[in-house]
Amino acid sequence: MSLAIFITICYIISSTLFIVGLKRLSSPVSARKANQLSAVGMLIAIVATLLTSGMMEWQWIALGLAVGTGIGILAATRVAMTSMPQMVGLLNGSGGLASFIVGWSAYHYRPGASLLTTISTYLAILIGGVTLTGSFIAWAKLEEKFVTGKPILFAGQKIVNSLLLGALVVGGIIFCADPANNYPLFITIMVLSLVLGVMVVIPIGGADMPVVISLLNSYSGMAGAATGFVIINSMLIVAGSLVGASGIILTRIMCKAMNRSLANVLFSGFGSAAQKQTSEVKGEAKPISVKDAYYVLEAARSVVFVPGYGMAVAQAQHAVRELGKILENNGAEVRYAIHPVAGRMPGHMNVLLAEADVPYDQLCEMDAINPIIDTIDVAVVIGANDVVNPAARHDKSSPIYGMPIINVDKAKTVFVLKRSMRSGFAGIENELFYYDNTRMLFGDAKESIQALVAEFKSV
Amino acid sequence: METHLDPVSLINLIFLFVIAIFLGVELISKVPSMLHTPLMSGSNAISGITIVGALLAIGLTPGSTLCTVLGTLAVIFATVNVVGGYLVTDRMLRMFKSKPTENKK
Repeated sequence: MSLAIFITICYIISSTLFIVGLKRLSSPVSARKANQLSAVGMLIAIVATLLTSGMMEWQWIALGLAVGTGIGILAATRVAMTSMPQMVGLLNGSGGLASFIVGWSAYHYRPGASLLTTISTYLAILIGGVTLTGSFIAWAKLEEKFVTGKPILFAGQKIVNSLLLGALVVGGIIFCADPANNYPLFITIMVLSLVLGVMVVIPIGGADMPVVISLLNSYSGMAGAATGFVIINSMLIVAGSLVGASGIILTRIMCKAMNRSLANVLFSGFGSAAQKQTSEVKGEAKPISVKDAYYVLEAARSVVFVPGYGMAVAQAQHAVRELGKILENNGAEVRYAIHPVAGRMPGHMNVLLAEADVPYDQLCEMDAINPIIDTIDVAVVIGANDVVNPAARHDKSSPIYGMPIINVDKAKTVFVLKRSMRSGFAGIENELFYYDNTRMLFGDAKESIQALVAEFKSV
Repeated sequence: METHLDPVSLINLIFLFVIAIFLGVELISKVPSMLHTPLMSGSNAISGITIVGALLAIGLTPGSTLCTVLGTLAVIFATVNVVGGYLVTDRMLRMFKSKPTENKK
């Protein structure tokens, strides 16, 4: 058996392990094993590649692997669970960057490759570049470093973007027609790809980042697949397309959960000051003291917590879990209802609650909780806003009209934990706060929950 | 680096690409929304498969200093993607438990 065939067989095994790994992610019971299987697949792929005949410059390979492993271990062990969206953003970016560089290197080594290879290289550069800078901007928006989390819009933005895209297409055609003599054009394409990544993400607001991160996740897979076409490697194509598909599905789920099209998310600058709803919300919000909230919770037979991004910001997940446990011991049935777009990435809230030791059987999806919400005694909204705004059901003038929400207003009592009456990300007044069955518990979410826990303990 | 893509192998690769996309869609649709964050970080680690290209970009480009430098950088970033992705996914999945032990009475 020749070495090349052996390596290919290894690649087949790796691809199979990736597929089985993704398949077993369908249940939290088998998920951890699944991830390990996938990692074994990756290890096999790397070792097999190192066996390729004619490999040289081992010292550089060793250096690259060692440095990358070190950074990877540090990043993975240090990152806080609340910062997971940023972490995934950066990982997307580093994958995109790797594809970008491999494309560059392939072109530099052999500028006069076949037309098809050149086209693949161009795509690897384009997708890799957009993924790199797009992910960086997404990260910066989530961290609120360097750029604001709000959409950045300017006059003529669409024209600039169209010109940029046009330049990339035209440049790509000229470049592919004669790659050998067009190194300067190649550099220009690289730069424009990086600029495009920045331009497509800056008009998107912080709360729409779940969509952006999912989409960039898809791109990072596609960049890998494009690299597979460059170096003619089936495994890269299989692995890259699996990731690409995964990102596409998550993007679709996120868009559906917001009742908005992908185009609307990407181009509308949603949440910028320009949009205003016409109908006014009337009434008065009714505040409640910790003491009174305690009496209501003490008597409750069923409680649902509805967490949002505010819970992550306040780092309140452990306090919430503690309160949940006390309520359970008090005889109440406790559940945690999670809206698909709560937080800054798909599944963000689930991870935070899992970190706080909430068993996953208590985590409810929106569709599971809504049919029984009117039997719930108390719904506690922690740092969520737009995803519980009843205006989405009936107010046609509201920007979020039609978005599926968790119908907390139908619970017997609703507590809303909030710092102030300020509106949420989308700049929309939330009429829920003015409902008769709603009580506002003002203050830092974590401190309010801890105060409630203290009330229970003092008895 | 072997970089001569001819029409026949292109068609084969596209065939694979299309099939893999459909397979991916089928597989991922079955992942519960509860696990979407680990799914993203885990699939992210898989997209670090570019590391294969990065390794070849160092090892099979003799005589070019720029290629060596680029390849080394690509290996570093792809490795961060792979190692960081799998480890952080494991860290998350470790936290998902069905019933906490202290609640068993």
